[in-house]
Amino acid sequence: MDITYKKEKVVQIKRRKYNADGIRLLLMTIPFLLFVIAFSYVPLFGWVYAFFDYKPGIPLSQTAFVGLEHFREMLHDRDMGRVMINTLALSVLSILFAPLPLVLAIMVSEVRNGFFKRLIQTTTTLPNYISWIIVFSLAFSMFSSEGAINTAIDRLGLSDTPLNVLGNADHVWLVQTLLLIWKTIGWNAIIYLAAIVGIDGEQYDAARIDGAGRLRSIWYITIPNIMPTFIVLLLLAVSNLLSAGFEQYLVFNNIMVADKIEVLDLYVYRLGLVTNDYPYSTAVGMFKSVISIALLFMINSLSKRVRGESII
Amino acid sequence: MIRAENTKSIQWSDWLFNAINYTLLTILLIVTIYPFYYIFIYSISDSFRAQSGVFLWPAGFSLESYKATIKLQGLGDAAIVSVLRTVLGTAITVVCCSFFAYLITKREMPFRKIIYRFVLITMYFNAGFIPWYLTMKMYGLQNNFLLYILPTALTGFYIILIKTFIEQLPPALEESAKIDGAGYITIFTKVIFPLSTPIIATIAVFAAVGQWNTWFDNFFLVENPKLQTLQLLLYNFLSQSNSISNMSAADLTMSAEARVMTPQSIQMTITMLVTLPIVIVYPMLQRFFVKGIMMGAVKG
Repeated sequence: MDITYKKEKVVQIKRRKYNADGIRLLLMTIPFLLFVIAFSYVPLFGWVYAFFDYKPGIPLSQTAFVGLEHFREMLHDRDMGRVMINTLALSVLSILFAPLPLVLAIMVSEVRNGFFKRLIQTTTTLPNYISWIIVFSLAFSMFSSEGAINTAIDRLGLSDTPLNVLGNADHVWLVQTLLLIWKTIGWNAIIYLAAIVGIDGEQYDAARIDGAGRLRSIWYITIPNIMPTFIVLLLLAVSNLLSAGFEQYLVFNNIMVADKIEVLDLYVYRLGLVTNDYPYSTAVGMFKSVISIALLFMINSLSKRVRGESII
Repeated sequence: MIRAENTKSIQWSDWLFNAINYTLLTILLIVTIYPFYYIFIYSISDSFRAQSGVFLWPAGFSLESYKATIKLQGLGDAAIVSVLRTVLGTAITVVCCSFFAYLITKREMPFRKIIYRFVLITMYFNAGFIPWYLTMKMYGLQNNFLLYILPTALTGFYIILIKTFIEQLPPALEESAKIDGAGYITIFTKVIFPLSTPIIATIAVFAAVGQWNTWFDNFFLVENPKLQTLQLLLYNFLSQSNSISNMSAADLTMSAEARVMTPQSIQMTITMLVTLPIVIVYPMLQRFFVKGIMMGAVKG
């Protein structure tokens, strides 16, 4: 009797302590939660602008509710079609080149010389850490009519007409994709390198005893082992289909390529801040967010079904 | 006999593989590094000789373009603002993300999972450009330095990385501190935070680089020239010298002494000055945070 009583008391004390601690912890998270609400959730209320005929300067309460009018507008918007094609073209191109970082990771992992390995890793990841403005400045100094490439062509007497790489509307998608690869390839390769380092070395030893050369062990061991990582990253890229990258295309925008470089994010910015059409701009932005989230959930459930593992 | 031939052919194909591999990687190395090298040699070249083209070596040697660039209107202020936002922004991000990540690892906290999700959703969901713009205006962050450092204080991705790291620390360390009577804040500052140095350093580098490079908040919401960042200064310079004819752009932006410089060499020099901190800091920390990212990547 006595013993059971004591036991109960211990449990009770423990319980109470747990609660007090829990509440203390909860109180400590409140400031953070308020912060998240203020900076990530409050802006969502801005979506109401998409349903009103809002004009800057007039209070929202005095503007007319128009329902889905601005969404309907999108269907008849010629620009919208063009902008969607640009966005999808740039996204699809970058997805097509997605295996490149994987190839780089394999190539780097096959380098035996430690110094060269570190040199190549440090160098190729560097562009990831500079802003698109600097990338633009570098690209400009390479490709402009007085830039390094044209100087070289001129000096070697290869051609009289300077190449116009950054102002050529026919090649702008490819050029931008190549710039994106230049900036991100090394960084994206790091994740694959991490996966390659994690592969059990015994698999390679066994393959070597069986007489497999370098290419065969890459094909039969390295690639199958990093495939799951590749697929997860590929799926995430697909969910970002409509976010082709804002800063890159803003800085590389010029009159010659403007029509083909204007992606959805850039269009939203132009509508909103340049032409001051807040409601329509918000509607387009909302459309983008909703599609992206839908894609993410679709892909997540796909990944759950196929691999038994969710990515978010 | 057959075996020996086989080994021989493997050796030969190995040699070929290496040759191709090293060649391709060397090409990639050059493609990556040459633009940086080019702006460097251009910036230390004699401004007018450089106009007829530099390629492998600087054309003459002169630090005049650095002298002229440093005298550019607003460059000093912009450098201070950029450094301040990088230092303060990084400090706030590191403290907030790591403390929040620590709290979220505590199983005794009610609604723990829901709170964690509530914060992580922000990684995938954002309201879009116009709502963001209007909200920041509503908070009075327009033309306000706080705009640079507050919104990034809690970042979902960093929280995931730190939380994963803290969870694999031995729980005994924390328990012993608890027995000694330490509260959550003491445990965090005296035990968890010091033990998490590798991941904290990783996050700090990410956050610092992000702060140093970010300019769109400046571009959209800050007109006060005293609050201009280096990145935007460079952007403005580039877009001016591209749109207007080169020399007149130079007249617009430069002081009297600087007018003897060509806009190209000024452009190269500003680019150099904005890139330099990253090029210096980054290789020293790279090994550190490759490790950090790998630790985070283990869980995916």
